[in-house]
Amino acid sequence: MAGLATTFGSGAMTNSINEIENAEVILVSGSNTTEAHPQVARRMLAAVDRGARLIVIDPRRTRLAEYSHLHLALRPGTDIPLLNAMMRVLLDEGLADDLFIEMRTENFLALRDMLNRLDLTETAELTGVPLPLINQAAQLYGRARKAVICYCLGVTQHVCGTENVQTIANLAMLAGHIEKEDTGVDPLRGQNNVQGACDMGALPNMLPSYQAVANQDYREKFERTWGTRLPEAPGRTLVEMTHGGAQGSIRGMYIMGENPMLSDPTLKKVEETIRGLDFLAVSDIFLTETAQLAQVVFPAACFAEKSGTFTNSERRVQMVRQAVAPPGECRADSEIIMALSGRLGYAMKYDSSAEVMEEIALLSPIYGGMHHDRLDQSWGLQWPCWDRGHAGTPFLHKYYFTRGRGHFMPSNHTEPGELPDREYPLLLMTGRIYHHYHTGTMTRKSERLNRECDHAVLQINPEDAKALGLRQGETVRLLSRRGEITLAASITDQVATGMVYTAFHFREAPINLLTNDAFDVGSGCPEYKVCAVRVAKMMSS
Amino acid sequence: MHDVLTTCVYCGCGCGLYLHVEDGQVCGSQPSRHHPVSRDNLCVKGWHIHESVTHPDRLTTPLIRKNGTLTPATWEEALDFTAQQLGRIRDQHTGKAIGVLTSAKCTNEENYLLQKFARTALNTNNVDHCARL
Repeated sequence: MAGLATTFGSGAMTNSINEIENAEVILVSGSNTTEAHPQVARRMLAAVDRGARLIVIDPRRTRLAEYSHLHLALRPGTDIPLLNAMMRVLLDEGLADDLFIEMRTENFLALRDMLNRLDLTETAELTGVPLPLINQAAQLYGRARKAVICYCLGVTQHVCGTENVQTIANLAMLAGHIEKEDTGVDPLRGQNNVQGACDMGALPNMLPSYQAVANQDYREKFERTWGTRLPEAPGRTLVEMTHGGAQGSIRGMYIMGENPMLSDPTLKKVEETIRGLDFLAVSDIFLTETAQLAQVVFPAACFAEKSGTFTNSERRVQMVRQAVAPPGECRADSEIIMALSGRLGYAMKYDSSAEVMEEIALLSPIYGGMHHDRLDQSWGLQWPCWDRGHAGTPFLHKYYFTRGRGHFMPSNHTEPGELPDREYPLLLMTGRIYHHYHTGTMTRKSERLNRECDHAVLQINPEDAKALGLRQGETVRLLSRRGEITLAASITDQVATGMVYTAFHFREAPINLLTNDAFDVGSGCPEYKVCAVRVAKMMSS
Repeated sequence: MHDVLTTCVYCGCGCGLYLHVEDGQVCGSQPSRHHPVSRDNLCVKGWHIHESVTHPDRLTTPLIRKNGTLTPATWEEALDFTAQQLGRIRDQHTGKAIGVLTSAKCTNEENYLLQKFARTALNTNNVDHCARL
């Protein structure tokens, strides 16, 4: 989210999900929307039914790409040159929105100078997308009255993820496709409450509502309400914590409902770090791979057994309502945290999640009007919602950007952290599938979802499969410099030659044993979309 | 049987759905017809959301590792031991030696409380979640 925060001022979808249905042009980049965000895909396809044009930027021929009018199958990791080339076309064709740029943005000249130095032919060659196709896509996007860009982890999970996002923001500002209804830039959030966890300050450098830890005024505000001194220096990010090594500076961890032993890159390093801790406590609903390594495991109540709120991708804060009592001795995480906090000398006492939300509303301007009684009587409210009288905000940046003026951040191509070579000739991308969710802690427990899909498959192009002598469904070894797994080959031209693809939901084939620990310095996001691997027959070495 | 309107836990779409409750157990789900996102529609994960709630593998008692194995314990034991261990690390090495991971699957209120707990009781800004995975 660092990318949109620096250009627009808010790291969130600028539109509501339903607005996508009304766009004239939809540009989707790095999102397997039909599998990972089915409801968003539904809006996109509804828009296409009404005559909207769909442009898909993805190395794979995803189902959405099959429905698209233009599919730009770029070489993985070349998002920046591709978008730069599109912007150059906009400039050359006079499709830049000069008035918008003049009134609402800054630093345009830096972008223009960079674009004018670009050799279009060379740039197109770098991306692997034919120049006429780039030209067509740029013109479609530039000439539309209402155009949205939806992107997902295919854009952010690169070493240059922040720059990728900034380049998307540049494109939208250059065309003036922001500030209006049905027009904007929409990062699709992977998990149900990623947006909320970020909003709540579950970040090493941010207090709730994106108030920087490093800012003394913000810290003092929280110190007054919380009645204690707060640490000044920003903390460590997730990957820094889980990759510290056995003798790392982190000695103890408390993990609530996360499973880094399956979700984080280069799992060997994660395991070494976690095994090397003096103490680990995990609270979860199942005994996850991470919980199995803990000294203490707390049985937590799941979503159906507690009340509170989730914030979805379109910034909509919605009620989660208790339906049943927790099984056995399970307790809600809020109770566990309060019990621990009291024992550690900082008493916390809240009688309900509604009371916690009152404190959130008090300290977080964008949640200022979020109260459970309001949320309970509506379909939720979209932030920013400044006070009790505010109706919420369906789309962002109307009249002015959150940060004042939109800031152009020009970038150039950055090579991925690891590219295929003679020894590891294939490029691996990882992602999600329709039937499962994240590390499968919940969905893999479902009989019917497992019936639909209960094992990992490796998508490989027919040509590469032929060269290796693979049959459809054959179990193969997949190796990288960091590890090895076995899984079934799925021979399909959805992937181009030279690349393979699989999902990370399966503990039987933990793909993150193989992934690279290169990550984006701007956001801390690991490069899950590019690493070098080799496929081998089971019997060979 | 009665229905409880709530929000789906899979993916960032945030569908509104009803949980069917019978004899104190969640036994099924159904989309909300008027919810702005779900509009009478769920994906396959939402339709089967109850299966993980009632699964026999759910953890139901606190566990403490004794002689290398995770063994059932009382809440008092588990909470006391955790507080003692985290407190010892905080006091010996400062809060910088403690890491806290909150969850993109938990509620806003829980995330708020856990980051507050990290910053106040544990005196550390080492708090993050898997936003980028």
